[in-house]
Amino acid sequence: MKVTGAQALFKSLEGEGVDIVFGIPGGAILPAYDPLLDSSVRHVLCRHEQGAGHAAEGYAWATGKVGVAMATSGPGGCNLVTALADAKMDSVPMVAITGQVPTPVVGNDAFQEADITGITMPVTKHNMLVTDPGEVAEAIREAFHIARTGRPGPVLVDLPKDVLVNETTWKWPDGVTLAGYKPTTKGNVRQIAEAAKLIMKAKRPVLYVGGGVIKADASKELYKLATSGQLPVVTTLMARGAFPDSHELCLGMPGMHGNYTAVTAMQKADLLVALGARFDDRVTGKLDAFAPDATVIHVDIDPAEIGKNRVVEVPIVGDCKDVIGKLAHEIDKRQDEAGGVPDRTAWLGQLEAWKQEFPYAYDQQPDGPLKPQFCIERLRDAADEDAIVVSGVGQHQMWASQFWHFEKPRRWINSGGLGTMGFAVPAALGAAAGMPDKRVIAIDGDGCFQMTAQELATSTTENIPFITAIINNAYLGMVRQWQELFYDERYSQVHLTYDTPDYVKLAEAYGCVGLRAEHPDEVDAVIEKALSITDRSVVIDFRVDSREMCFPMVPAGASNDEIITGPEGLKRANDPAEAPIA
Amino acid sequence: MSTLHTLSVLVEDRPGVLTRVAGLFAARGFNIDSLAVGPTEKPGMSRMTIVVTVDKKPLEQITKQLNKLINVIKILEHEPADTVERELMLVKVRAEGEARARVLEFCQVFRVRVSDATHQTLTIEATGSPDKLSALLELLGDFGIVELARTGRIALTRGNRGIRERSLRSAKAAGGEDASWDGGGV
Repeated sequence: MKVTGAQALFKSLEGEGVDIVFGIPGGAILPAYDPLLDSSVRHVLCRHEQGAGHAAEGYAWATGKVGVAMATSGPGGCNLVTALADAKMDSVPMVAITGQVPTPVVGNDAFQEADITGITMPVTKHNMLVTDPGEVAEAIREAFHIARTGRPGPVLVDLPKDVLVNETTWKWPDGVTLAGYKPTTKGNVRQIAEAAKLIMKAKRPVLYVGGGVIKADASKELYKLATSGQLPVVTTLMARGAFPDSHELCLGMPGMHGNYTAVTAMQKADLLVALGARFDDRVTGKLDAFAPDATVIHVDIDPAEIGKNRVVEVPIVGDCKDVIGKLAHEIDKRQDEAGGVPDRTAWLGQLEAWKQEFPYAYDQQPDGPLKPQFCIERLRDAADEDAIVVSGVGQHQMWASQFWHFEKPRRWINSGGLGTMGFAVPAALGAAAGMPDKRVIAIDGDGCFQMTAQELATSTTENIPFITAIINNAYLGMVRQWQELFYDERYSQVHLTYDTPDYVKLAEAYGCVGLRAEHPDEVDAVIEKALSITDRSVVIDFRVDSREMCFPMVPAGASNDEIITGPEGLKRANDPAEAPIA
Repeated sequence: MSTLHTLSVLVEDRPGVLTRVAGLFAARGFNIDSLAVGPTEKPGMSRMTIVVTVDKKPLEQITKQLNKLINVIKILEHEPADTVERELMLVKVRAEGEARARVLEFCQVFRVRVSDATHQTLTIEATGSPDKLSALLELLGDFGIVELARTGRIALTRGNRGIRERSLRSAKAAGGEDASWDGGGV
């Protein structure tokens, strides 16, 4: 059968089971938008390519499937770069399809030409420029295979206009063979046995759970390992929900703004079992001082992560689902032989005592300024517990991660590694498109919201409703917090104002419902109203206290032992030269 | 202390592979001393020989990152004692009057050829181990070097086996399934 390259593209996307593509058409990609009309693939017309990219990410986070974004050549592809870099850092499976100028003029500085494979080389897992319509199907097949297997990540396929227009004979490749790509998924059994031996001997073990556990769909295996071995769990920002927050073994989030118990448990641990985590600087604080007494077992599908930041005693390369499952089995076997779980009463007792003594805290006075944490808690208590929460980057992100209760995986979506402000609205759009039966709630900052709010138009016209709760503190809050703490309260370029734009009017202009709460006693009614609306998107403007800071906090570059639990523990470093390095 | 390491990298012969490899070294803060690329015994496959200066950062991280490139098939870090290393150098040196005889004498001692001659200069073609070439170059420096071109090092491991049968040295250290993890990407 003769097909054009563009037809081959959509037949290939259908072959990969793609149901939704997020994109914007343009000159070079035009030929692909015609066969789209005859395809089963739904196209969501975004308002900015960055939005399309983050929407594809949100879709992938929520569904576990590969998210797809489509854009034209030049500026279209360039606008995808932030989303690709974000997906690379957070191992989000994503395929980006870009148009390119026709092959005869590639390299000629043609209109809307950009060397997008060159530009995106460092921010993709892989990319390719297709030069023959007969290679379109193979390229798409490979792209999806690479994006979803091993350590997931973004793959870009660049398609010149003539490749889309010219004809070829349709052939769907049977499979993918890549000589240089064979991820190790099965963990070494001897290493797993060695890990089990160390766990049995440990007096103060902690399971340090990262995003890899969610990527590998290994939550069940983790639950088995943690509960049968009575092993306490910390879930990183990328892993919130991998283990239920309500479980007594859950210590919460570690890191710069993590739970005191989670941070301190790792500092005092004699054994860290890192599962799909990468010893990121936001978790470890000053690396030399991180978990000084701990022996480390590190499980990761990416061998390059093992030993990158921390020397590891037992490295295990493999898929978390496989390795954790086998490890749980091995622990069961050894506990049966030993006649039960090793006695760690003192350790578990200590952790429980810390939990009681150092919970997350804030002070909402009935007549005082509205506190951001209060808004998030009220929203959490009112919302369906199966809701998907999406956040941007900054104080609101940390508060959302701290105060929401995550019981299941894939209910928390955010930009972790790259820290991309503006992630929330388009990612929520993507999550809602992928999971139409679930309530999707974006908890966003006022600074973040203004970066990508245009996707509310997409939400309205494509009928993909979600709620956006803006934690509006009128500032670039996290930067303000640092200026307050480390730059002698010299506030530089952080004031955004509460009312420009008027978020309620803006929401209405986009066809959404706009709501506002300024006082604590207005919060519940606004939330109730928002949750009652399911046929369109809602934007809530929570006007919160600008001065509220995010605690606990480990100053950047400091040891995790120097965790500050609240404003009373602050020691102000007034000399900017001594300010920590962000 | 910084040391030189020689890596042989077997790659698919695809557009952009050189950029990917070189870009990765730059992005991770490693300095490439020399890089030589050419076809191999197998069609569609090229071999890069990369000499890299390693200071504080361990080479292991860069080999692991290289392995993640989809077009990279195999990487071998050479043990100097177990490796044949060669480089080709063309050097144009001033050789007038008495100097001419002395330059030719050095050529004989080092068993290298003169490939071109003018009244003022000799162009010498030298192959050998990097040490040999450095020694020759130092001697020729006294006469005045007009122009110099070097190919960069190429290397093969001594013995029967080729690179394709070898596994990356760090494979075991990384704890992969010994039999199945041959350095394939992630």
